Amino acid sequence: MSLAEITPLSAPRVELKSLDTLWFQVGGTVCNLACTHCFVSCSPTNHTHEMLSLAEVRRYLEEAARLGVREYYFTGGEPFLNPEMEAILAATLEVGPATVLTNGLLLDPGRCARLKALADASDYSLDFRVSLDGWDEASNDPIRGAGTFEKILAGIRNLHAAGLNPVITVTEVCEGAAGDEGKERFFALLRSLGIERPRLKILPVFRIGAEAGRSGAYESWQRLREGEVPDGALDHLQCSSCRMVTDQGVWVCPILVNEPEAKMGETLADTLGDFPLEHPACWTCHVYGVSCRT
Amino acid sequence: MSFRPPKDLDEQARQARAKLTAHRDMATWGEKLVPLAAFRQAAARKGLKLAQGDRESAVLAYTAGLDDPTPVEGPYSRIAVFGGIYSNHLALLELLEDAARRGAEAVYCLGDLGAFGPNPEKVRPLMAQGQVLSIQGNYEESLASGREDCNCGYTDPRDNHFAEISYRYTERNCSPEFKAWMGTLPRRRRVRVGERELLLVHGSPRRINEFLFHSTAPVPFLEVLLDQSRCDGLLATHTGLHWHRRLPSGRDVVNVGVIGRPANDGRTNVWYAMIEAREEELGVELVPLAYDHLGLAAEMRSEKLPEEFVETVLTGWWTTCLEILPARERAVSRF
Repeated sequence: MSLAEITPLSAPRVELKSLDTLWFQVGGTVCNLACTHCFVSCSPTNHTHEMLSLAEVRRYLEEAARLGVREYYFTGGEPFLNPEMEAILAATLEVGPATVLTNGLLLDPGRCARLKALADASDYSLDFRVSLDGWDEASNDPIRGAGTFEKILAGIRNLHAAGLNPVITVTEVCEGAAGDEGKERFFALLRSLGIERPRLKILPVFRIGAEAGRSGAYESWQRLREGEVPDGALDHLQCSSCRMVTDQGVWVCPILVNEPEAKMGETLADTLGDFPLEHPACWTCHVYGVSCRT
Repeated sequence: MSFRPPKDLDEQARQARAKLTAHRDMATWGEKLVPLAAFRQAAARKGLKLAQGDRESAVLAYTAGLDDPTPVEGPYSRIAVFGGIYSNHLALLELLEDAARRGAEAVYCLGDLGAFGPNPEKVRPLMAQGQVLSIQGNYEESLASGREDCNCGYTDPRDNHFAEISYRYTERNCSPEFKAWMGTLPRRRRVRVGERELLLVHGSPRRINEFLFHSTAPVPFLEVLLDQSRCDGLLATHTGLHWHRRLPSGRDVVNVGVIGRPANDGRTNVWYAMIEAREEELGVELVPLAYDHLGLAAEMRSEKLPEEFVETVLTGWWTTCLEILPARERAVSRF
């Protein structure tokens, strides 16, 4: 077989059906942790993307309102390292519902009380996702860092005490987490903290960033090829309804911010076109039906 | 087999430090570390940079109204609109009397005739008798097309478990004729009330099972949705929770709620909407409706429907379908 014959066909292109979900890389790639599986390799010294200012977020919120964006998500890095984070949430909650993805380390009782006040003052939902990668120190700390299990639990307790019930996000790096038994262990852990209605989201692993070093990068066959994806299947991909804002412009989705190729423009209006699903991470989203939304 | 000596702790500490400082003046580009400036320059070159006029055109094209050949019914001065019967024929009976008493000229149903409650066929003669004009909900779409599930749009295993019990029961207890009739119902209707043209859908104008909750259907989103749908008002159901939002443009969005089960507020009544033409605005009244909920609970028990469902009818609190609730709606929920 000649090389020409095995050269993959071109990647399918996904259209933006509607811009419903706008993500902000509000913490940049700066994090107070350096988890071994982080697909954007965030760490205290990673300035690939810088934090977003309130002024920058406002500019995009205005444009997003004109386009009828439905919901806003904030991630990083660690969003609460951003000194303007609470002001950013207040501004966002004037125009729509917001969800913050946090590692839980900076959720002291005072901050949680202020976040509850923000939630109560808005017509729209304010929700939190706290990342945890094990049901005890032994399973979580090797991934998220020494001593983090207890600190994350303290953050979850503080949110709960303030009247906020976060979704606990677990990646499949935690072995067995996705099975019924694994989920039950997380539910039991959360109930032991007094949380009567535990909420859990399990995410598959993207083998990029730090995770590529941990478990190995994608194989060459793990790509989407035009004609192999059934009609309509692409509508379920989150890139058909989302965009991601960083300090360097607008990217197609939250996963590919470390790929300059995945940057689509400077303003949201620049990014209303389609996007080629060339990256192996696109394969993960399609095969596992991933959505970064809650 | 190769032998690998165990790493000592100093080595681990050294690696941890190296990881923390790896990004000094460096950036991650795919799987490589590159100088920060190289990443930023590459990113600056990528993506579109439309001229201001082209950006404006792109936004206008995106928000432009879409053609919709749906015929316009009416005009009326007053209509009753309800959703989600969920086989609650006792509430439907009350609704038809209440709407007539209030002078409704037409009665519209936004779909989901079956689910949750007992004996779905009992709904059919009441619909005919009350001359109810209906659209398809996801239930009708699924039953008429022989789908394996209700396509309610739940994501939680427990929610899906109870949804499956509901769907199997309803599927078993609906005649083929009833199911075929469901398939003949339109997906949407356009109804003129006074000067205003209202769009009636089950979930949203975009998807039959899209959830429009009050706390996650923000004003800017609804304004664009109504622009794209070319209507002066939007009436939907599907979430089970009623609300009304008047937009800055003066248009109205109403989730009319459901008459099949209570609104997760500790009260046993259900809800529907009266819509009327007024001089300056659309009159929207969300109407609480009491019905023989004890009778419904007894019938559900005799049909051996889950006790969790019966509890909801008796207490007004949802025991299932809870994971779809946004944070705000969930916070005021008992379970």
